[in-house]
Amino acid sequence: MATTHSRVAARFMLSPAVLLLLAWMIVPLSMTIYFSFLRYNLLNPAIDAWAGWSNYEYFLTDPAFFAALTNTLLLVGGVLLITIIGGTLLALLLDQPIWGQGIVRILVLAPFFVMPTVSALVWKNMFMNPVNGLFAHAAKALGLQPFDFLAHAPLFSIILIVAWQWLPFAALILLTALQSMDQEQMDASEMDGAGPFSRFFYLVLPHLSRAITVVVLIQTIFLLSIFAEILVTTNGGPGYASTNITYLVYAQSLLQFDVGGGSAGGIIAVILANIVAIFLMRMIGKNLEA
Amino acid sequence: MGSITLKQITKSFGATEVIQPLDLEISDGEFVVFVGPSGCGKSTLLRLIAGLEDVTSGMIEINGVDATQTPPAKRGLAMVFQSYALYPHMSVRKNIAFPLKMAKLPLQDRDAKVEAAAAVLNLTDYLDRRPGQLSGGQRQRVAIGRAIVREPDAFLFDEPLSNLDAALRVNMRLEISELHQTLKTTMIYVTHDQVEAMTMADKIVVLQAGRIEQVGSPLELYHKPANQFVAGFIGSPKMNFVTGAHAQKHGAETIGFRPEHIAISQSGGTFNGIVGVSEHLGSDTFLRVNVEGMDSITVRADGEVALRHGDSVSLTPAPDKIYRFDKSGNAL
Repeated sequence: MATTHSRVAARFMLSPAVLLLLAWMIVPLSMTIYFSFLRYNLLNPAIDAWAGWSNYEYFLTDPAFFAALTNTLLLVGGVLLITIIGGTLLALLLDQPIWGQGIVRILVLAPFFVMPTVSALVWKNMFMNPVNGLFAHAAKALGLQPFDFLAHAPLFSIILIVAWQWLPFAALILLTALQSMDQEQMDASEMDGAGPFSRFFYLVLPHLSRAITVVVLIQTIFLLSIFAEILVTTNGGPGYASTNITYLVYAQSLLQFDVGGGSAGGIIAVILANIVAIFLMRMIGKNLEA
Repeated sequence: MGSITLKQITKSFGATEVIQPLDLEISDGEFVVFVGPSGCGKSTLLRLIAGLEDVTSGMIEINGVDATQTPPAKRGLAMVFQSYALYPHMSVRKNIAFPLKMAKLPLQDRDAKVEAAAAVLNLTDYLDRRPGQLSGGQRQRVAIGRAIVREPDAFLFDEPLSNLDAALRVNMRLEISELHQTLKTTMIYVTHDQVEAMTMADKIVVLQAGRIEQVGSPLELYHKPANQFVAGFIGSPKMNFVTGAHAQKHGAETIGFRPEHIAISQSGGTFNGIVGVSEHLGSDTFLRVNVEGMDSITVRADGEVALRHGDSVSLTPAPDKIYRFDKSGNAL
């Protein structure tokens, strides 16, 4: 297999795929970088002068940028927290032999198959609406004032919606990890006098660490680019209360027609995502090594 | 203290009765081996004693006290598992200290006990490694270490040597026997290997299909098997069984004689046959002799026997070493 000859052949045969992937990434990236240095406004196509770093300067000094950065981190962190803790508890529950286990597992998984726009609209109109929503009805039935979630706690509401979508994913991955737990280890810990809580913290949680790492990494990738849920519920508002970086880039380039500024924002988002990735891999990447 | 009494213990999984009503007395300091073929319920019986499974009916007494409903950790027993069941993310030190930590022992006491156990088991150099970095034999010792720090009333071993290679198995067998000599604690040991049972046990319990076939010392079982199953199970190579006219001459349904109790001659013996396979081990030679009209007979001869495939021989079992069994397999 591993003769010099076959290795050369393998490289040669891989190259079309690699080149295609490279072009797929390099071309849009370099175009974005190019646009980010232009004064490029859709309302004024005549001007396409070189802008230097002014687009970056403008984007980074915009007060909306720091609001959006905070919101992005809160959104990612909040959803991760809810899905990991909730997912672990749900997985522990689903691992128990219960009646109708198959149906329950499918029901738990269902939210993951609902597309983001649809689930956000369902939450917005059927649950969180202050007049017709289920939460409003429940509040009224208890004699309380209905709470206008999306107006008064927009970011929290979006975190709730996104967490609801991602909870099944976390629960599923953690459930499979739980099922690979060695039964003899559990028996041994029982003989050693470990109660349910000690067993969870000393055995189950360390066993789950790898799965939790996978969940954190995968979810972070997707959560950094949450967009649809914001667009259909709050449009980033009120003010910038629920705008994240992705939404800000969209607003810059397609609501304010400033393609140059939007591109600069896009490049900044790429850099931020990489910083997050480096930190994550530093912090938890060692869990992935066997 | 470490006496265990089982009174009319049964265990069923659904409709299948895995352990039939069973009585057993294990006295303090004894080395008891449960032996039997796969699926005979020996591991289940051990788990019942450990408390990892609930008995369906009957009573378990430990040190004269009813422990049927006592949770596993409170029974004062320690168990060594077949897969060792070490905690993979903890160092050897933490693994051994885990039961002490769960018992909320102060840190200094814990360290002292772990060091002492490690010294007994030659693990001192490995205390800060993870189980994944140890060899099979070392992992086995860690598992034993985790059991001995608890200073239990009895040790339970569930096929602890079956994951080791043959040479290491012999070594660990000796180490466990030595440990028993030093600690003088009751040990219950489950195995399907009759050699392990014969070499280690004070008392062997032979099980089959959830029933005790016979209880006794290794030599008792060898010399006076209660039935055909025990006779066939204990001893290596297996005892030869002959039915039909030869057995009727001895007034039995079946007769049995061990391979080591057969005399070989050129002619004039009880059975005449042709050597099928001869296995030369140096110290012994095992001959499989094909005799007309019956199963082949295994003979254990001395290492210098020059018989080869195709040679014809005549076999005579020693008359005082013939075991007789009735129709239902019980010894006469």
